[in-house]
Amino acid sequence: MTEPRRHGAQVLAVIAIGGVLGAAGRYGIGLALPTPASGFPWGTFIVNTTGCLLIGILMVFIVDAGSAHRLARPFVGVGILGGYTTFSTYTVEAQSLLASGHPELAFGYLFGTAAAALAAVAIGVTATRALALPPDRRGGPR
Amino acid sequence: MRWRSRLTDEGDHDEKGIDVTLLFVCLGAAVGAPTRYLTDRFISSRHDSLFPWGTFIVNVVGSLLFGVLVGAATHLRVPVEAMAAGGIGFCGALTTYSTFGYETARLVEGGARLVAVLNVVASLTAGFGAAVLGYALGKIL
Repeated sequence: MTEPRRHGAQVLAVIAIGGVLGAAGRYGIGLALPTPASGFPWGTFIVNTTGCLLIGILMVFIVDAGSAHRLARPFVGVGILGGYTTFSTYTVEAQSLLASGHPELAFGYLFGTAAAALAAVAIGVTATRALALPPDRRGGPR
Repeated sequence: MRWRSRLTDEGDHDEKGIDVTLLFVCLGAAVGAPTRYLTDRFISSRHDSLFPWGTFIVNVVGSLLFGVLVGAATHLRVPVEAMAAGGIGFCGALTTYSTFGYETARLVEGGARLVAVLNVVASLTAGFGAAVLGYALGKIL
């Protein structure tokens, strides 16, 4: 294989392996925190918010610090965290809550997850910059 | 949800105690995650815009497909393996919340607040709408 082609194959392979690991983690949390009928889907909520916290932390090391291995972003960011978090389970759970006659829970879950997940990314980025970057670079990437 | 309780309550272990459902989840995710990456690259290379079209499209398409599966399971015998591989594994890994959250934060940090708000509103509206539409389609399959 040529060099770029081998690189592309490596990237796809680590994304697939990372995706499997992340999805297995999500499945495990789903088993540990099963959603009762017409209840708030805490399992998916926790998966998506912790995944967002972790991507905030990871991307400071990859983008701001620039110190990560070239496969770190595809493996951890695209693979593990992408496979771990999910948008489809989230929207289908909200749909199911609405269909079962719980609109307040459906929309509370929809907007509550978005607010918590975006806050989690911001906390991950800000805290990691404060702890891991030298003072002159904490404002973000140049 | 019926498919959820079937997946979680029965345990679905084989003689050696391996969670067979987990194997199907992994199988689906092994395809879903690279499909998300390739779709994002394909779309990004054709759209020179700030709006994260790649993530938006995988999230909406994944919501539609999962909705169809869950809708179909209300009246058809959808095997638990198909739900695990196709729904939790493939659709779960095809879609992402972490990239959606990170891309939104980057837009805010880069000063594109309007695009960031648009991304959140459009993703939630279109994703939820796709799940509702998919479920309705699945029910009449």
